[in-house]
Amino acid sequence: MSVTYIEAIREAQYKALETDERVFLYGQDIGEFGGAFKATKGLKEKWPDRVMDAPISEDAMIGMAVGAAIEGMRPVVEMQFADFSSVGFNQIVNNAATHYYRTGVPIPITVRMPSGGTPGSGPFHSQSIEAIYSHYPGCIVLTPATVSDAYHMLLEGIALDDPVIYCEHKLLYRWLKSDDFEGDGLPIGKARITRPGKHATVVAYSAMVHEAVRAAEMLQSEGWEIEVVDLRSVKPLDTDTVIASVARTGRLLAVGEAFPWGGVTAEIVSRVVKEAFHLLDAPPMRLNAKDTPIPYHPKLWAAHRPTPESISHALKELLAY
Amino acid sequence: MNGLLMNEKNVCGTVKERSRLAPQSVEMKYRDAYLTVIFTMGQTKEHARKVYQAMVRSRLLEMKFSSLYKAGQIVGGVYLGKGQEAVSASVGARLEPGKDIFAPLIRDQAGRTAFGEDMLDATRTYLGSAQGPMKARDGNIHRGRPSEGVVAMISHLGSSLSVVGGMLKAREIQGKLAGCVGATCIGDGATSTGSFHEGLNYVAVEKLPVVVVVANNQFAYSTPNSKQYACVDLIDRAQGYGVAGHSVDGTDMLACAETIAKAVDTARAGGGPQMVVAKLLRLGGHGEHDDGSYIPEEIRNSTYGRDCIEVGKQQLLEKGWLSEEELTEWQEAAKMEVQEAVKTAQKEAGPNPYNEDWSALAESRFKEAHT
Ligand SMILES: Cc1ncc(C[n+]2csc(CCOP(=O)(O)OP(=O)(O)O)c2C)c(N)n1
Ligand SMILES: [Mg+2]
Repeated sequence: MSVTYIEAIREAQYKALETDERVFLYGQDIGEFGGAFKATKGLKEKWPDRVMDAPISEDAMIGMAVGAAIEGMRPVVEMQFADFSSVGFNQIVNNAATHYYRTGVPIPITVRMPSGGTPGSGPFHSQSIEAIYSHYPGCIVLTPATVSDAYHMLLEGIALDDPVIYCEHKLLYRWLKSDDFEGDGLPIGKARITRPGKHATVVAYSAMVHEAVRAAEMLQSEGWEIEVVDLRSVKPLDTDTVIASVARTGRLLAVGEAFPWGGVTAEIVSRVVKEAFHLLDAPPMRLNAKDTPIPYHPKLWAAHRPTPESISHALKELLAY
Repeated sequence: MNGLLMNEKNVCGTVKERSRLAPQSVEMKYRDAYLTVIFTMGQTKEHARKVYQAMVRSRLLEMKFSSLYKAGQIVGGVYLGKGQEAVSASVGARLEPGKDIFAPLIRDQAGRTAFGEDMLDATRTYLGSAQGPMKARDGNIHRGRPSEGVVAMISHLGSSLSVVGGMLKAREIQGKLAGCVGATCIGDGATSTGSFHEGLNYVAVEKLPVVVVVANNQFAYSTPNSKQYACVDLIDRAQGYGVAGHSVDGTDMLACAETIAKAVDTARAGGGPQMVVAKLLRLGGHGEHDDGSYIPEEIRNSTYGRDCIEVGKQQLLEKGWLSEEELTEWQEAAKMEVQEAVKTAQKEAGPNPYNEDWSALAESRFKEAHT
């Protein structure tokens, strides 16, 4: 059997609906139609009352989920694209994320965010929003890079008592396949060494893990052994695993698909510099998308985001220091 | 229209209501529900007294907050409901604590009081006691007890409506919706937000038992209605959303009590979302820091400038539903209650930043140490 990343997401929702009657799914076109990416295909048929179509009202969708969570439910909200969560931003960061601290009543909602770029998708269907939601206190932000993580982290996220921003990468939806969902049992909060190495560490998450592995393969023929760390969740951020890797390699490159100002890669570099300056043999580096809206044309898009080529180029610079 | 208003003269002489039902299809669908709403004379009297008592208690509590603010004893701002108590209390008084949902806003002390809020909750929150419902983590009007059906508003106007909708939707999924109502209050200015639009559209689409009460006090902070919306009357929007609409003079206590009771009862009986627009005036500044001097004299002197607490008093006395003696008793009891609450809260310690659990997460194992 072979399962794709998107099938893992569907299966996780199936399992959540089956095992926990507090779970319901809410989003645009997710009912009979099965969702823009078919992540909820067939689920409405099985659970007609717990798979619901929403109007194009991201603010109200999150507000509704907050209310339902207050009443003991565990809503899973699908944004049709992560980009549109900007319309529900206020309800996420100011209502859902502040609620537990303010009132002591937890808000166990999961917001599924079809994230990241795909060729031809342009400025408004390509964004990576993990840093924005990590910046605000009160959310857990997950960025699975593998089929088994897509499955297990979604289930685990739904079971958490806090608002969970689940960033699922659209480029991985159908391209990424696995024999099963089994995985290695790592819990949320633990990063994974995807590929061991000793000359430099690349810290990445989501689709960039795969680009980093490709870059590492490109450098292998030149004798470089690059370690790739998959963060898995950007909040919580497993600083310990990152620093342990830097202790082995002495060099750090943080790679992210999001815009370059601030963000996850900046957070990693700042933590490593603060906690493990003495372990560094070279100034730590970051590689992000460019500081422009995400371009539509595949040629421009491919140059806008980090690629195996640009990552290996950055690594060479890092190794040459 | 039957029941409540059929007997206008007998039940409540001053009710002037322009009730616009939603479009034909909605009206047809909900007609049965309307027919089930029956309100007897005795119930009207009891309800009106309940509304008025909450108004009296809330006014006295808020007057105390105002003087504490001026004495520099309040932590943060003070936003009062003076002049809007009839509308607000009419909402809270028609809801059932422990069963219904209430999402109050800036000027809803009276509604909170009517819905059973302990004066200590408000007082502790204003005075920064760590024992308040928000443990001094949030202040003034941003308080609530969500597990007990009182939504803790965030400042961002309009955002409570969909939350109320979600609470009711959850009950529907759980098979516990029957007989429940969720009500929320909002100002004229906040009706211009996208959040309000999305929320109202949502509850309308889902036909949830929601009552939205718009207190149109002519101003949003300093901004007049003319810069807030372009329709003739906010009630005109009800039809556009497919919800039933009810207009009422927000200074007319009995009219508010009746109209809002009818809206709540209709929603409860399965009549779908109800929107009430009450016209009135804020009898003070936006907050206690503001003197409201931008409100023109002619508006202050109009009917909407009346104090609903005076109107209500006359109405109840006239009908013989309340005596001067009883009113004095209510006032004295409320004053004692206010004094007690302030005394208690003032003795209580504020929050201790050294003991504070600085984690925004319920899953505290994920709390990160930031240095
Ligand atoms: C989304 C949003 N924008 C701005 C504000 C700042 N603000 C607080 S109250 C207020 C005026 C509200 O007017 P209205 O809704 O008419 O209520 P009223 O104060 O008149 O009762 C404003 C602009 C806010 N709280 N939320
Ligand atoms: Mg106003």
